[in-house]
Amino acid sequence: MREVAIVGIGYTKIGELWERSLRDLFVEASLRALEDAGIDDVDALYVGNMMSGTLQEQEHLGALLAGYIGHPGIAAAKIEAACASGGVSLHQAYMAVASGLYDVVLAGGVEKMTDRLTPDVTFSLAMADDMEYTIYSGVTFVGLNALVYRLYMHKYGVKQEDIANFAVLMHENAVNTPHARFRRRVKLEDVLRSPLIADPIHLLECAPISDGAAVLVLTTLERAKKLTDTPIVIRASAVATDYLSIYERDDMLSLRATVLASRKAYKQAKLEPKDINVLEVHDAFTILGILALEDLGFAERGRGAVLVKEGEIAPDGRVPTNTMGGLKARGHPVGATGIYQAIDAILQLRGDAGKNQVPNAENALLQSTGGVGGTVAIHILSRAD
Amino acid sequence: MCMSVPRYWRERAYRYRLVGTECLSCGRRYYPPRRVCPVCHSRNLVEVKLPERGVVVTYTIIRSPPRGYEKYAPYAIAVVELLDGTKVLAQLTDIDLSEVEIGMEVEAVFRKIREDGEEGIIEYGVKFRPRLTGH
Repeated sequence: MREVAIVGIGYTKIGELWERSLRDLFVEASLRALEDAGIDDVDALYVGNMMSGTLQEQEHLGALLAGYIGHPGIAAAKIEAACASGGVSLHQAYMAVASGLYDVVLAGGVEKMTDRLTPDVTFSLAMADDMEYTIYSGVTFVGLNALVYRLYMHKYGVKQEDIANFAVLMHENAVNTPHARFRRRVKLEDVLRSPLIADPIHLLECAPISDGAAVLVLTTLERAKKLTDTPIVIRASAVATDYLSIYERDDMLSLRATVLASRKAYKQAKLEPKDINVLEVHDAFTILGILALEDLGFAERGRGAVLVKEGEIAPDGRVPTNTMGGLKARGHPVGATGIYQAIDAILQLRGDAGKNQVPNAENALLQSTGGVGGTVAIHILSRAD
Repeated sequence: MCMSVPRYWRERAYRYRLVGTECLSCGRRYYPPRRVCPVCHSRNLVEVKLPERGVVVTYTIIRSPPRGYEKYAPYAIAVVELLDGTKVLAQLTDIDLSEVEIGMEVEAVFRKIREDGEEGIIEYGVKFRPRLTGH
Protein backbone atom coordinates (compact mmCIF):
# COMPACT_ATOMS: atom_id res chain seq x y z
CA MET A 1 0.00 0.00 0.00
CA ARG A 2 1.24 3.49 -0.88
CA GLU A 3 1.10 6.38 1.57
CA VAL A 4 -1.64 8.83 0.58
CA ALA A 5 -1.80 12.60 1.10
CA ILE A 6 -4.27 15.42 0.57
CA VAL A 7 -2.82 18.26 -1.51
CA GLY A 8 -5.84 20.40 -2.32
CA ILE A 9 -9.08 21.54 -0.72
CA GLY A 10 -12.04 23.37 -2.24
CA TYR A 11 -15.45 24.21 -0.85
CA THR A 12 -18.42 26.53 -1.11
CA LYS A 13 -19.98 28.51 1.67
CA ILE A 14 -22.74 26.48 3.33
CA GLY A 15 -26.23 27.92 3.29
CA GLU A 16 -29.48 28.32 1.42
CA LEU A 17 -27.84 28.92 -1.93
CA TRP A 18 -30.94 29.63 -4.01
CA GLU A 19 -29.13 30.91 -7.08
CA ARG A 20 -26.93 27.84 -7.57
CA SER A 21 -27.66 24.25 -8.65
CA LEU A 22 -26.11 20.98 -7.48
CA ARG A 23 -23.71 20.98 -10.42
CA ASP A 24 -22.79 24.67 -9.95
CA LEU A 25 -21.80 23.95 -6.35
CA PHE A 26 -19.78 20.85 -7.16
CA VAL A 27 -17.92 22.52 -10.04
CA GLU A 28 -17.00 25.50 -7.85
CA ALA A 29 -15.62 23.28 -5.08
CA SER A 30 -13.73 21.05 -7.54
CA LEU A 31 -12.07 23.89 -9.44
CA ARG A 32 -10.97 25.51 -6.18
CA ALA A 33 -9.53 22.20 -4.94
CA LEU A 34 -7.56 21.67 -8.16
CA GLU A 35 -6.28 25.27 -8.03
CA ASP A 36 -5.26 24.76 -4.40
CA ALA A 37 -3.38 21.59 -5.40
CA GLY A 38 -1.83 23.23 -8.45
CA ILE A 39 -2.64 20.31 -10.73
CA ASP A 40 -5.26 19.41 -13.32
CA ASP A 41 -4.56 15.77 -14.14
CA VAL A 42 -7.28 13.67 -12.55
CA ASP A 43 -7.64 9.88 -12.75
CA ALA A 44 -10.85 9.33 -10.82
CA LEU A 45 -13.70 11.10 -9.03
CA TYR A 46 -15.94 9.96 -6.17
CA VAL A 47 -18.99 12.07 -5.35
CA GLY A 48 -20.52 11.62 -1.91
CA ASN A 49 -24.24 12.35 -2.15
CA MET A 50 -27.33 10.96 -0.49
CA MET A 51 -30.45 12.47 -1.98
CA SER A 52 -29.98 13.72 -5.55
CA GLY A 53 -32.36 10.97 -6.71
CA THR A 54 -35.25 12.22 -4.65
CA LEU A 55 -34.47 15.95 -4.32
CA GLN A 56 -33.25 16.71 -7.86
CA GLU A 57 -34.58 13.54 -9.55
CA GLN A 58 -31.01 13.17 -10.83
CA GLU A 59 -28.78 10.12 -10.45
CA HIS A 60 -25.57 9.16 -12.26
CA LEU A 61 -23.69 12.05 -10.66
CA GLY A 62 -20.25 10.52 -11.34
CA ALA A 63 -20.40 10.84 -15.11
CA LEU A 64 -22.44 14.06 -14.99
CA LEU A 65 -19.98 15.91 -12.77
CA ALA A 66 -16.80 14.42 -14.30
CA GLY A 67 -17.78 16.18 -17.50
CA TYR A 68 -18.70 19.47 -15.83
CA ILE A 69 -15.36 19.69 -13.99
CA GLY A 70 -13.65 19.32 -17.35
CA HIS A 71 -12.64 15.67 -17.16
CA PRO A 72 -15.05 13.54 -19.21
CA GLY A 73 -13.54 10.09 -19.56
CA ILE A 74 -12.18 9.56 -16.03
CA ALA A 75 -13.44 6.82 -13.72
CA ALA A 76 -16.25 8.31 -11.63
CA ALA A 77 -19.15 7.26 -9.41
CA LYS A 78 -21.56 8.56 -6.80
CA ILE A 79 -20.98 7.11 -3.33
CA GLU A 80 -24.04 6.79 -1.12
CA ALA A 81 -24.02 5.85 2.57
CA ALA A 82 -26.67 8.26 3.87
CA CYS A 83 -25.08 11.06 5.95
CA ALA A 84 -21.74 9.18 5.84
CA SER A 85 -21.57 9.50 2.04
CA GLY A 86 -18.76 12.07 2.28
CA GLY A 87 -16.67 9.99 4.68
CA VAL A 88 -17.13 6.86 2.58
CA SER A 89 -16.27 8.83 -0.59
CA LEU A 90 -12.95 9.75 1.06
CA HIS A 91 -12.44 6.10 2.02
CA GLN A 92 -12.93 5.01 -1.62
CA ALA A 93 -10.54 7.68 -2.88
CA TYR A 94 -7.96 6.68 -0.27
CA MET A 95 -8.14 3.02 -1.34
CA ALA A 96 -7.84 3.98 -5.02
CA VAL A 97 -4.56 5.87 -4.46
CA ALA A 98 -3.18 3.52 -1.78
CA SER A 99 -3.71 0.49 -4.00
CA GLY A 100 -1.67 1.98 -6.83
CA LEU A 101 -4.54 1.94 -9.31
CA TYR A 102 -4.87 5.74 -9.59
CA ASP A 103 -2.42 8.55 -8.85
CA VAL A 104 -4.72 11.57 -8.51
CA VAL A 105 -8.25 11.14 -7.19
CA LEU A 106 -10.90 13.67 -6.18
CA ALA A 107 -12.92 12.82 -3.06
CA GLY A 108 -15.96 15.07 -3.13
CA GLY A 109 -19.38 15.53 -1.67
CA VAL A 110 -22.40 17.62 -2.53
CA GLU A 111 -25.97 18.05 -1.34
CA LYS A 112 -28.51 20.52 -2.64
CA MET A 113 -31.29 20.35 -0.05
CA THR A 114 -33.22 23.57 -0.60
CA ASP A 115 -34.67 22.45 -3.94
CA ARG A 116 -37.55 20.85 -2.00
CA LEU A 117 -39.96 21.75 0.78
CA THR A 118 -39.25 20.52 4.31
CA PRO A 119 -41.73 17.56 4.42
CA ASP A 120 -40.06 16.15 1.28
CA VAL A 121 -36.56 16.66 2.70
CA THR A 122 -37.71 15.04 5.96
CA PHE A 123 -39.02 12.06 4.01
CA SER A 124 -35.79 11.76 1.98
CA LEU A 125 -33.57 11.94 5.07
CA ALA A 126 -35.62 9.15 6.65
CA MET A 127 -34.44 6.88 3.81
CA ALA A 128 -31.25 6.49 5.86
CA ASP A 129 -33.26 4.00 7.92
CA ASP A 130 -35.37 0.92 7.04
CA MET A 131 -38.25 2.22 4.93
CA GLU A 132 -40.23 -1.06 4.97
CA TYR A 133 -40.36 -1.56 8.73
CA THR A 134 -39.09 1.48 10.60
CA ILE A 135 -40.02 4.60 8.65
CA TYR A 136 -43.34 2.94 7.77
CA SER A 137 -44.44 3.71 11.35
CA GLY A 138 -44.27 7.46 10.70
CA VAL A 139 -41.05 8.01 12.65
CA THR A 140 -38.70 10.65 11.23
CA PHE A 141 -34.92 10.76 11.24
CA VAL A 142 -35.06 13.35 14.03
CA GLY A 143 -37.46 11.05 15.86
CA LEU A 144 -35.02 8.13 15.77
CA ASN A 145 -32.36 10.31 17.39
CA ALA A 146 -34.93 11.54 19.91
CA LEU A 147 -35.55 7.92 20.99
CA VAL A 148 -31.84 7.57 21.75
CA TYR A 149 -31.74 10.99 23.48
CA ARG A 150 -34.60 10.18 25.87
CA LEU A 151 -33.20 6.76 26.74
CA TYR A 152 -29.76 8.31 27.38
CA MET A 153 -31.17 10.85 29.85
CA HIS A 154 -33.27 8.13 31.51
CA LYS A 155 -30.42 5.64 31.90
CA TYR A 156 -27.62 8.00 32.97
CA GLY A 157 -29.68 10.66 34.75
CA VAL A 158 -28.12 13.38 32.55
CA LYS A 159 -30.04 16.67 32.24
CA GLN A 160 -31.14 17.93 28.83
CA GLU A 161 -29.39 21.27 29.35
CA ASP A 162 -26.03 19.50 29.61
CA ILE A 163 -26.61 17.77 26.26
CA ALA A 164 -28.12 20.84 24.56
CA ASN A 165 -25.05 22.80 25.62
CA PHE A 166 -23.22 21.13 22.72
CA ALA A 167 -25.18 23.34 20.29
CA VAL A 168 -24.20 26.52 22.16
CA LEU A 169 -20.52 25.69 21.77
CA MET A 170 -20.94 24.87 18.07
CA HIS A 171 -22.49 28.28 17.42
CA GLU A 172 -19.66 29.92 19.35
CA ASN A 173 -17.08 28.17 17.14
CA ALA A 174 -18.89 29.09 13.92
CA VAL A 175 -18.73 32.84 14.61
CA ASN A 176 -15.17 32.85 13.27
CA THR A 177 -15.78 30.41 10.38
CA PRO A 178 -16.23 32.24 7.05
CA HIS A 179 -17.93 29.25 5.32
CA ALA A 180 -20.31 28.45 8.19
CA ARG A 181 -24.08 28.50 7.88
CA PHE A 182 -24.75 30.19 11.25
CA ARG A 183 -22.11 32.74 12.27
CA ARG A 184 -23.93 33.83 15.39
CA ARG A 185 -24.07 32.90 19.05
CA VAL A 186 -27.06 31.29 20.74
CA LYS A 187 -27.75 31.00 24.45
CA LEU A 188 -28.71 27.77 26.17
CA GLU A 189 -32.14 29.19 26.93
CA ASP A 190 -32.62 29.96 23.21
CA VAL A 191 -31.90 26.31 22.41
CA LEU A 192 -34.25 24.98 25.07
CA ARG A 193 -36.98 27.46 24.14
CA SER A 194 -36.85 26.69 20.40
CA PRO A 195 -39.72 24.55 19.06
CA LEU A 196 -39.77 20.82 19.72
CA ILE A 197 -39.29 18.83 16.50
CA ALA A 198 -39.41 15.36 18.07
CA ASP A 199 -39.44 15.42 21.89
CA PRO A 200 -37.01 15.95 23.52
CA ILE A 201 -35.11 17.37 20.50
CA HIS A 202 -35.53 21.11 19.95
CA LEU A 203 -35.03 22.84 16.61
CA LEU A 204 -31.74 24.43 17.73
CA GLU A 205 -30.32 21.01 18.61
CA CYS A 206 -30.59 19.89 14.97
CA ALA A 207 -28.15 20.49 12.14
CA PRO A 208 -29.84 22.76 9.58
CA ILE A 209 -31.03 21.82 6.09
CA SER A 210 -28.26 23.29 3.90
CA ASP A 211 -26.65 23.36 0.46
CA GLY A 212 -22.93 22.93 -0.07
CA ALA A 213 -20.13 21.10 -1.87
CA ALA A 214 -16.59 20.22 -0.83
CA VAL A 215 -13.73 18.45 -2.62
CA LEU A 216 -10.31 17.06 -1.67
CA VAL A 217 -7.44 16.23 -4.03
CA LEU A 218 -5.64 13.01 -3.07
CA THR A 219 -2.33 11.74 -4.41
CA THR A 220 0.66 9.75 -3.21
CA LEU A 221 2.71 11.22 -0.36
CA GLU A 222 5.73 11.04 -2.67
CA ARG A 223 4.11 13.32 -5.26
CA ALA A 224 2.50 15.47 -2.57
CA LYS A 225 5.90 16.51 -1.23
CA LYS A 226 6.80 17.95 -4.66
CA LEU A 227 3.52 19.88 -4.86
CA THR A 228 3.21 21.52 -1.47
CA ASP A 229 5.03 22.37 1.75
CA THR A 230 2.02 21.30 3.80
CA PRO A 231 0.87 17.87 2.60
CA ILE A 232 -1.63 16.23 4.92
CA VAL A 233 -1.15 12.48 5.32
CA ILE A 234 -4.08 10.10 5.68
CA ARG A 235 -2.83 7.94 8.55
CA ALA A 236 -5.98 5.84 8.80
CA SER A 237 -9.16 5.25 6.82
CA ALA A 238 -11.75 2.84 8.21
CA VAL A 239 -15.44 2.13 7.71
CA ALA A 240 -17.79 -0.02 9.80
CA THR A 241 -21.52 -0.76 9.78
CA ASP A 242 -24.24 -1.75 12.24
CA TYR A 243 -27.86 -2.91 12.13
CA LEU A 244 -29.70 -0.10 10.33
CA SER A 245 -32.40 0.46 12.97
CA ILE A 246 -31.68 1.16 16.63
CA TYR A 247 -34.24 -1.31 17.99
CA GLU A 248 -32.37 -4.18 16.28
CA ARG A 249 -29.33 -3.44 18.47
CA ASP A 250 -28.72 -4.85 21.94
CA ASP A 251 -27.29 -1.51 23.09
CA MET A 252 -29.08 1.59 21.79
CA LEU A 253 -26.78 4.02 23.63
CA SER A 254 -23.52 3.27 21.82
CA LEU A 255 -22.91 3.46 18.09
CA ARG A 256 -21.07 0.18 17.57
CA ALA A 257 -19.96 1.23 14.09
CA THR A 258 -18.10 4.18 15.65
CA VAL A 259 -16.41 1.87 18.14
CA LEU A 260 -15.41 -0.67 15.45
CA ALA A 261 -14.19 1.85 12.86
CA SER A 262 -12.31 4.02 15.36
CA ARG A 263 -10.50 1.04 16.92
CA LYS A 264 -9.43 -0.04 13.42
CA ALA A 265 -8.29 3.50 12.67
CA TYR A 266 -6.30 3.94 15.91
CA LYS A 267 -4.54 0.67 15.11
CA GLN A 268 -3.77 1.67 11.50
CA ALA A 269 -2.38 5.04 12.59
CA LYS A 270 -0.61 3.62 15.66
CA LEU A 271 -2.22 6.42 17.67
CA GLU A 272 -4.49 6.65 20.70
CA PRO A 273 -7.19 9.14 21.67
CA LYS A 274 -4.63 11.10 23.75
CA ASP A 275 -2.63 11.79 20.54
CA ILE A 276 -5.57 13.49 18.80
CA ASN A 277 -5.40 17.33 18.85
CA VAL A 278 -8.41 18.08 16.67
CA LEU A 279 -11.66 16.13 16.63
CA GLU A 280 -14.49 16.37 14.10
CA VAL A 281 -17.62 14.52 15.22
CA HIS A 282 -20.94 14.06 13.45
CA ASP A 283 -23.24 16.21 15.62
CA ALA A 284 -26.34 16.08 13.41
CA PHE A 285 -28.14 16.29 16.77
CA THR A 286 -26.60 17.32 20.10
CA ILE A 287 -26.97 13.79 21.48
CA LEU A 288 -24.88 12.36 18.63
CA GLY A 289 -22.02 14.70 19.55
CA ILE A 290 -22.12 13.44 23.14
CA LEU A 291 -22.27 9.76 22.10
CA ALA A 292 -19.33 10.29 19.71
CA LEU A 293 -17.09 11.58 22.51
CA GLU A 294 -17.85 8.37 24.41
CA ASP A 295 -17.63 5.88 21.53
CA LEU A 296 -14.35 7.37 20.24
CA GLY A 297 -12.74 6.86 23.63
CA PHE A 298 -12.61 10.45 24.95
CA ALA A 299 -15.14 9.99 27.75
CA GLU A 300 -16.62 7.16 29.81
CA ARG A 301 -20.12 5.94 28.94
CA GLY A 302 -22.67 8.44 30.23
CA ARG A 303 -19.98 11.09 30.81
CA GLY A 304 -19.69 12.77 27.39
CA ALA A 305 -21.62 15.85 28.50
CA VAL A 306 -19.15 16.42 31.34
CA LEU A 307 -16.39 17.13 28.79
CA VAL A 308 -18.60 19.79 27.21
CA LYS A 309 -19.54 21.35 30.55
CA GLU A 310 -15.91 21.56 31.68
CA GLY A 311 -14.83 23.32 28.48
CA GLU A 312 -12.64 20.41 27.38
CA ILE A 313 -13.96 20.37 23.80
CA ALA A 314 -13.51 24.12 23.17
CA PRO A 315 -10.65 25.17 20.83
CA ASP A 316 -8.44 25.84 23.88
CA GLY A 317 -9.51 22.66 25.71
CA ARG A 318 -7.96 19.21 25.95
CA VAL A 319 -10.02 17.72 23.08
CA PRO A 320 -10.84 20.57 20.66
CA THR A 321 -13.99 19.37 18.87
CA ASN A 322 -15.71 20.76 15.77
CA THR A 323 -13.63 23.91 15.98
CA MET A 324 -15.39 25.43 12.91
CA GLY A 325 -18.90 24.85 14.26
CA GLY A 326 -19.64 21.22 13.40
CA LEU A 327 -22.76 20.03 11.64
CA LYS A 328 -24.87 22.17 13.94
CA ALA A 329 -23.50 25.60 13.04
CA ARG A 330 -21.02 25.19 10.16
CA GLY A 331 -23.85 23.28 8.50
CA HIS A 332 -24.74 19.79 7.26
CA PRO A 333 -25.15 19.49 3.49
CA VAL A 334 -25.48 15.75 3.99
CA GLY A 335 -23.33 14.10 1.30
CA ALA A 336 -20.70 16.85 1.55
CA THR A 337 -20.43 16.87 5.33
CA GLY A 338 -17.74 14.20 5.66
CA ILE A 339 -15.57 16.21 3.25
CA TYR A 340 -16.21 19.51 5.09
CA GLN A 341 -15.07 17.76 8.29
CA ALA A 342 -11.79 16.88 6.55
CA ILE A 343 -11.44 20.45 5.30
CA ASP A 344 -12.04 21.99 8.73
CA ALA A 345 -9.43 19.65 10.18
CA ILE A 346 -6.96 20.39 7.36
CA LEU A 347 -7.31 24.15 7.96
CA GLN A 348 -6.24 23.39 11.55
CA LEU A 349 -3.35 21.12 10.54
CA ARG A 350 -2.10 23.67 7.97
CA GLY A 351 -2.29 26.43 10.57
CA ASP A 352 -4.93 28.29 8.53
CA ALA A 353 -7.77 28.14 11.08
CA GLY A 354 -7.69 31.83 12.00
CA LYS A 355 -9.06 32.85 15.38
CA ASN A 356 -10.05 29.27 16.25
CA GLN A 357 -6.56 27.89 15.56
CA VAL A 358 -5.53 25.06 17.87
CA PRO A 359 -1.83 25.57 18.70
CA ASN A 360 0.48 22.85 17.31
CA ALA A 361 -2.31 20.75 15.83
CA GLU A 362 -0.69 17.58 14.52
CA ASN A 363 -3.30 14.82 14.40
CA ALA A 364 -7.00 15.07 13.59
CA LEU A 365 -9.70 12.43 13.79
CA LEU A 366 -12.90 12.65 11.71
CA GLN A 367 -16.12 10.75 12.37
CA SER A 368 -18.66 10.65 9.51
CA THR A 369 -21.90 8.95 10.54
CA GLY A 370 -24.68 7.59 8.32
CA GLY A 371 -28.18 7.20 9.75
CA VAL A 372 -28.17 6.63 13.48
CA GLY A 373 -24.77 4.92 13.19
CA GLY A 374 -25.66 2.41 10.45
CA THR A 375 -22.40 3.41 8.75
CA VAL A 376 -19.43 5.20 10.29
CA ALA A 377 -16.29 6.28 8.46
CA ILE A 378 -13.27 7.29 10.54
CA HIS A 379 -10.20 9.07 9.17
CA ILE A 380 -7.05 10.18 10.95
CA LEU A 381 -5.12 12.98 9.24
CA SER A 382 -1.68 14.26 10.23
CA ARG A 383 0.80 16.95 9.23
CA ALA A 384 3.48 15.33 7.07
CA ASP A 385 6.46 17.04 8.73
CA MET B 1 -45.67 8.57 -6.87
CA CYS B 2 -47.75 5.74 -5.44
CA MET B 3 -46.31 2.41 -4.28
CA SER B 4 -47.16 -0.62 -6.42
CA VAL B 5 -49.68 -2.85 -4.66
CA PRO B 6 -47.41 -5.97 -4.58
CA ARG B 7 -44.71 -4.09 -2.65
CA TYR B 8 -47.21 -3.54 0.13
CA TRP B 9 -48.99 -6.91 -0.23
CA ARG B 10 -45.88 -9.10 0.16
CA GLU B 11 -45.09 -7.65 3.60
CA ARG B 12 -48.62 -8.02 4.98
CA ALA B 13 -48.08 -10.96 7.35
CA TYR B 14 -45.11 -9.28 9.01
CA ARG B 15 -46.78 -5.89 9.26
CA TYR B 16 -50.31 -7.00 10.19
CA ARG B 17 -49.54 -9.87 12.56
CA LEU B 18 -46.09 -9.12 14.04
CA VAL B 19 -44.46 -12.15 12.44
CA GLY B 20 -40.68 -12.28 12.85
CA THR B 21 -38.13 -15.06 12.59
CA GLU B 22 -36.40 -17.24 15.18
CA CYS B 23 -32.97 -18.81 14.83
CA LEU B 24 -33.29 -22.54 15.59
CA SER B 25 -29.57 -22.74 16.36
CA CYS B 26 -29.14 -19.97 18.96
CA GLY B 27 -32.73 -19.03 19.79
CA ARG B 28 -32.49 -15.31 18.91
CA ARG B 29 -35.56 -13.69 17.45
CA TYR B 30 -35.66 -10.99 14.82
CA TYR B 31 -38.09 -8.34 13.73
CA PRO B 32 -38.09 -7.54 10.84
CA PRO B 33 -37.64 -11.17 9.69
CA ARG B 34 -34.16 -12.30 8.54
CA ARG B 35 -32.90 -15.35 6.63
CA VAL B 36 -29.44 -15.43 8.21
CA CYS B 37 -28.73 -15.10 11.93
CA PRO B 38 -26.17 -12.28 12.34
CA VAL B 39 -25.15 -13.65 15.76
CA CYS B 40 -24.39 -17.34 15.02
CA HIS B 41 -24.58 -17.21 11.18
CA SER B 42 -27.04 -20.08 11.06
CA ARG B 43 -29.43 -20.13 8.11
CA ASN B 44 -31.85 -22.28 10.02
CA LEU B 45 -34.50 -19.64 10.83
CA VAL B 46 -38.26 -20.08 10.91
CA GLU B 47 -41.13 -17.61 11.02
CA VAL B 48 -42.60 -17.03 14.46
CA LYS B 49 -45.58 -15.05 15.74
CA LEU B 50 -44.27 -12.51 18.26
CA PRO B 51 -46.08 -11.66 21.54
CA GLU B 52 -48.49 -8.75 21.33
CA ARG B 53 -47.68 -7.31 24.75
CA GLY B 54 -44.63 -5.40 25.91
CA VAL B 55 -43.27 -2.28 27.61
CA VAL B 56 -42.15 1.10 26.28
CA VAL B 57 -38.33 1.27 26.34
CA THR B 58 -38.11 4.81 24.97
CA TYR B 59 -40.42 7.18 23.08
CA THR B 60 -40.68 10.45 21.19
CA ILE B 61 -43.46 12.75 19.98
CA ILE B 62 -43.26 13.51 16.25
CA ARG B 63 -44.19 17.16 15.66
CA SER B 64 -42.62 17.66 12.22
CA PRO B 65 -43.94 14.64 10.30
CA PRO B 66 -42.76 13.29 6.94
CA ARG B 67 -44.82 13.59 3.77
CA GLY B 68 -47.95 11.45 4.05
CA TYR B 69 -48.26 11.58 7.84
CA GLU B 70 -49.10 15.27 8.27
CA LYS B 71 -52.70 14.82 9.35
CA TYR B 72 -51.79 12.51 12.24
CA ALA B 73 -49.23 14.84 13.90
CA PRO B 74 -48.39 15.17 16.71
CA TYR B 75 -48.12 11.45 17.43
CA ALA B 76 -46.02 9.24 19.71
CA ILE B 77 -43.48 6.68 18.47
CA ALA B 78 -42.00 4.12 20.84
CA VAL B 79 -39.49 1.30 20.93
CA VAL B 80 -41.44 -1.52 22.55
CA GLU B 81 -39.78 -4.54 24.14
CA LEU B 82 -42.16 -7.47 23.70
CA LEU B 83 -42.60 -10.12 26.38
CA ASP B 84 -40.07 -12.41 24.65
CA GLY B 85 -37.42 -9.65 24.59
CA THR B 86 -37.77 -8.81 20.87
CA LYS B 87 -37.83 -5.05 20.25
CA VAL B 88 -40.07 -3.34 17.70
CA LEU B 89 -40.74 0.29 16.77
CA ALA B 90 -44.29 1.54 16.29
CA GLN B 91 -46.73 4.36 16.81
CA LEU B 92 -48.66 4.57 20.07
CA THR B 93 -52.40 5.09 19.78
CA ASP B 94 -55.47 5.63 21.99
CA ILE B 95 -53.37 7.64 24.43
CA ASP B 96 -53.05 11.18 25.73
CA LEU B 97 -49.55 12.25 24.63
CA SER B 98 -48.80 13.71 28.06
CA GLU B 99 -49.27 10.26 29.61
CA VAL B 100 -46.63 8.39 27.62
CA GLU B 101 -43.77 7.17 29.81
CA ILE B 102 -40.88 4.74 29.81
CA GLY B 103 -41.89 1.41 31.36
CA MET B 104 -45.61 1.65 30.52
CA GLU B 105 -47.28 -1.60 29.49
CA VAL B 106 -48.70 -1.67 25.98
CA GLU B 107 -50.44 -4.09 23.63
CA ALA B 108 -50.56 -4.37 19.84
CA VAL B 109 -53.61 -3.29 17.84
CA PHE B 110 -54.31 -3.36 14.10
CA ARG B 111 -54.70 0.16 12.73
CA LYS B 112 -54.57 2.30 9.62
CA ILE B 113 -51.07 3.71 9.08
CA ARG B 114 -51.69 6.16 6.23
CA GLU B 115 -53.18 6.68 2.78
CA ASP B 116 -50.81 6.59 -0.16
CA GLY B 117 -52.07 9.81 -1.74
CA GLU B 118 -55.34 10.16 -3.65
CA GLU B 119 -54.78 7.16 -5.92
CA GLY B 120 -52.73 4.74 -3.82
CA ILE B 121 -53.97 2.13 -1.38
CA ILE B 122 -54.78 2.57 2.30
CA GLU B 123 -51.93 1.12 4.34
CA TYR B 124 -52.41 -0.78 7.60
CA GLY B 125 -50.15 -2.11 10.30
CA VAL B 126 -49.57 -2.55 14.02
CA LYS B 127 -49.71 0.24 16.58
CA PHE B 128 -49.56 -0.12 20.35
CA ARG B 129 -52.02 1.19 22.93
CA PRO B 130 -51.85 1.27 26.74
CA ARG B 131 -52.62 -2.23 28.05
CA LEU B 132 -56.26 -2.47 29.01
CA THR B 133 -56.73 -3.70 32.55
CA GLY B 134 -58.48 -6.98 33.25
CA HIS B 135 -57.44 -9.09 30.27
